[in-house]
Amino acid sequence: MDSFPILSLMLAVPLLGALGCLFVSAPAARTIALVTTLAEFALGIVLWANYDIGGAQWQFTERLPLFAGFKYALGIDGIALMLIVLTVFLMPICIGASWKSIDKRVGEYMAAFLLMEALMIGVFTAQDLFLFYIMFEAGLIPMYLIIGVWGGADRIYASYKFFLYTLLGSVLMLIAMMWMANDAGTTDIPTLMAYDFAPQAQKWLWLAFFASFAVKMPMWPVHTWLPDAHVQAPTAGSVILAGVLLKMGGYGFIRFSLPMFPEASAQFAWLVFTLSMIAVVYTSLVALVQHDMKKLIAYSSVAHMGIVTVGLFTFNAQGLEGAMIVMLSHGLVAAALFLGVGVIYDRLHTREIDRYGGLATNMPYYALFLMLFTMASVGLPGTSGFVGEFLSLAGIYKVSSLVTAVSATGIILGAAYMLYLYRRVVFGVQKHADTAAMPDLDLREWLMMAPIAAAVLWMGIYPESFLSPMRADIAALNARLARARPDGDAHFKLAAPKPAAAAEHDAHEDTH
Amino acid sequence: MDWSASLTLVAPETLLSVSGVILLLVSAWGGDREARGISWLAVAVLFGAGLMVAPALCGGAIGGETHAFNDQFRADAFASFAKLLIYAAAVAALIVAPAFFERVRAMKAEYPVLVLFAALGMSIMVSASDLITLYIGLELNSLAAYVLAAFLRSDDRSAEAGLKYFVLGALASGILLFGMSLTYGFTGSTSFAGISAALHGGMGTGALFGVVFVLVGLAFKISAVPFHMWTPDVYEGAPTPVTMFFATAPKVAALALTMRVALDAFGAQEQSWRQIVIFAALASIVVGALGAIGQKNIKRLLAYSSINNVGFMLIGLAAATAQGASAMLVYLAIYVAMSVGGFVAVLMLKDADGAPVENIADLAGLSQHRKVLSLCLAMIMFSLAGIPPLFGFWGKFVVFQAAVQTGLLPLAAIGIAASVIGAFYYIKIVKILYFDEPAMVVTGKSDWMHQALLALSALAISPLGYLLTVWLGGLADKAAAALFFTV
Repeated sequence: MDSFPILSLMLAVPLLGALGCLFVSAPAARTIALVTTLAEFALGIVLWANYDIGGAQWQFTERLPLFAGFKYALGIDGIALMLIVLTVFLMPICIGASWKSIDKRVGEYMAAFLLMEALMIGVFTAQDLFLFYIMFEAGLIPMYLIIGVWGGADRIYASYKFFLYTLLGSVLMLIAMMWMANDAGTTDIPTLMAYDFAPQAQKWLWLAFFASFAVKMPMWPVHTWLPDAHVQAPTAGSVILAGVLLKMGGYGFIRFSLPMFPEASAQFAWLVFTLSMIAVVYTSLVALVQHDMKKLIAYSSVAHMGIVTVGLFTFNAQGLEGAMIVMLSHGLVAAALFLGVGVIYDRLHTREIDRYGGLATNMPYYALFLMLFTMASVGLPGTSGFVGEFLSLAGIYKVSSLVTAVSATGIILGAAYMLYLYRRVVFGVQKHADTAAMPDLDLREWLMMAPIAAAVLWMGIYPESFLSPMRADIAALNARLARARPDGDAHFKLAAPKPAAAAEHDAHEDTH
Repeated sequence: MDWSASLTLVAPETLLSVSGVILLLVSAWGGDREARGISWLAVAVLFGAGLMVAPALCGGAIGGETHAFNDQFRADAFASFAKLLIYAAAVAALIVAPAFFERVRAMKAEYPVLVLFAALGMSIMVSASDLITLYIGLELNSLAAYVLAAFLRSDDRSAEAGLKYFVLGALASGILLFGMSLTYGFTGSTSFAGISAALHGGMGTGALFGVVFVLVGLAFKISAVPFHMWTPDVYEGAPTPVTMFFATAPKVAALALTMRVALDAFGAQEQSWRQIVIFAALASIVVGALGAIGQKNIKRLLAYSSINNVGFMLIGLAAATAQGASAMLVYLAIYVAMSVGGFVAVLMLKDADGAPVENIADLAGLSQHRKVLSLCLAMIMFSLAGIPPLFGFWGKFVVFQAAVQTGLLPLAAIGIAASVIGAFYYIKIVKILYFDEPAMVVTGKSDWMHQALLALSALAISPLGYLLTVWLGGLADKAAAALFFTV
């Protein structure tokens, strides 16, 4: 399988589909987009099935000297594999979500989405620094168009803000990348991941990368583009934004910042912790008072990403694995919640929470699905949210009890705003006649919701399927970080010998 | 070096001047009815000249055998690279002109002849290795350009553009001449090699003044801030095909000339002019970006965009290395493709009567009825903004890489951060094209030549352009090596 360029094929298929969509009528464009994304999903499954767990770190590698200054180099490890699978899983659902609600300029819309898919896969597969940058930045163009053309009333402001904010974040990273390529004499990411930059230089490089990834992630206080972009984007745009685009920031940290600048990462861990703690608590409180459903979920995304960043900078395997699972889980759950908002928005054309209420009576299946995703967002055991949050918090606890306590507060607040949202929308009396008359899920909506629900439960009950491809890569990263690992405030070793051994044993168990 | 060898080296220029004179005679006898035919002949002549200079570039011509007339003229790989770009831009300006001028019955036979003479002047500029040759080339180009700017005699704006261009151009020439005389007075030589040798030991205040004035004169020609004020007015007033010509060919020639003067003649004293170039670069990037934001006329907007782009190219000059020079040449090549595409797209914007539309507000919602034109225009805008995966990104990339490798990190960081300001007005055009409700003003049909040229440049700046990077970079490296050979 190694000889077959499956990653190039995965890049080419959506590009061809996008080209096709530009030149056909609306129904044909919908069909082409759906077929393309389903084919891409099938390719993703093939990729996962053929991924050799415990094999080489980088698999399906391709190298072509096509360009001056950088290479066309592709390849994936377990971390990238999982994010690619998430992407190709969500894309057909996005197309489904846009099936009826998008009725103007359908061909261009579908083309923009397919282009987006190709670029996201490009980001996760690029093995060359500048190829990564090109894919990373290029994603701005289709997203700008998606928000600006098909978005809500205030779409133009939101699209400008999205574009300029993320562009400003990224350009300094480009200068840092050029410096790195110059210093190390290579643009090959696996080589750079093992290259030791001078600690003094690492600081500046880390900050430049941080500027980009923190905006993408988004971390407090540079998160303000996200609620605007989410609220104005069409449903599928929000799904892909929350589901995959935000993961690029986390992927950037785990692929670049941590392995390439371990000393600087250790040095700036307090910065990340502080910003994340503020994010978790502050944005949760903000989410609590929102009247707009999409805005509420957008703020909850910022809070969840705070857990991710805390987990990433714990410098231990639990934290890293937890952060990855939170990312995957949030990709599914936030996507599902935005879809849930989209379902009722399509019926009533408002996102105002007060306009709903008592949906459990007339939309029981919808209420059931929304209940599942709400619980997953809260982190109820048995759902994907629990696994990730538990692992992350276990990882953080080894480093700092304070950070753990504050982050755990965020999870409690998360339960508060999600349950409050659920109560206002689904339970209570049916205040409005038009709300009471809304029909339950149709077949198309079932087909969108059911796969995500299944995936959420799968990840919650048997996370090993998702953890096992990543385990070796996270262990390698953890080993690389070992030399810079800061001292934690949880001193296991100071306790009496026997309980200490038991505690270590327990911690060991938690990772499996 | 004997005369026959020297004459062989200037063969492309000889071809241009002899054909220019012959075509002038043809136009004098044939009149304006022959304008189209003369245009095509001029295109053929430029192709011929291009074929003659290409071997020097591909072979990487370098060193003594490229020096003609006692090193007053160099036909090296560097000059060839610039000449090819100049000829290509001139060909584009000739091809798009008839459809534009014929509507107002202004397609005169002199137009192709003037373009040929301007190209000849620029050809001499980029090959000049002596201050006198430099000035002859510069003035030959400028005089042709002044007339071209005022080519629509009955149009007030065109006449105004010609006059403004002439007055400010003359001022710039004066400043340049003053700097040249100072340089000659304090170094005792007009040849670049002589100046370079004289400056090797050190530089006095007098020579420094010479350097500053020469650079100011050249900054006028490349419209770098703070000597850019004429650009928006001239670009707006001049007929669009002429604006396209101004935005491309003279930019290439003046920048190549600036490179040769700075890196060859003054190459020994790079620390004396580097700060000037850095200031001009950053000021051009910022002013070009801020100035464009409020513009309502698309041609003025593109004028500011060209100021902005010159700023980025000057970053490569500030690096003062062969790599920086090579990066500038790559940027220039991409810039020519983007500008030609941009102005062809502007030429294609016509209302129902076929009158040109220049008002940006009239482009609203263009994407809903002119899909391909809007797509090309949007691609050009993203490319000018330097957003990957469009090819405009590559120009900025190589320039900044050169700056980083020279250790000019603060310059690179500030420059790239300022590029975000520019991104704002480029995406504003995309917003107008794609997000706004259709104004239905641009409904006129466009000429097939325009469509073909737009398709060609859109193809060049599309991501497929990256496949050219190896080839383009190789040629630019050869050209830069030729420039640095004597240093």
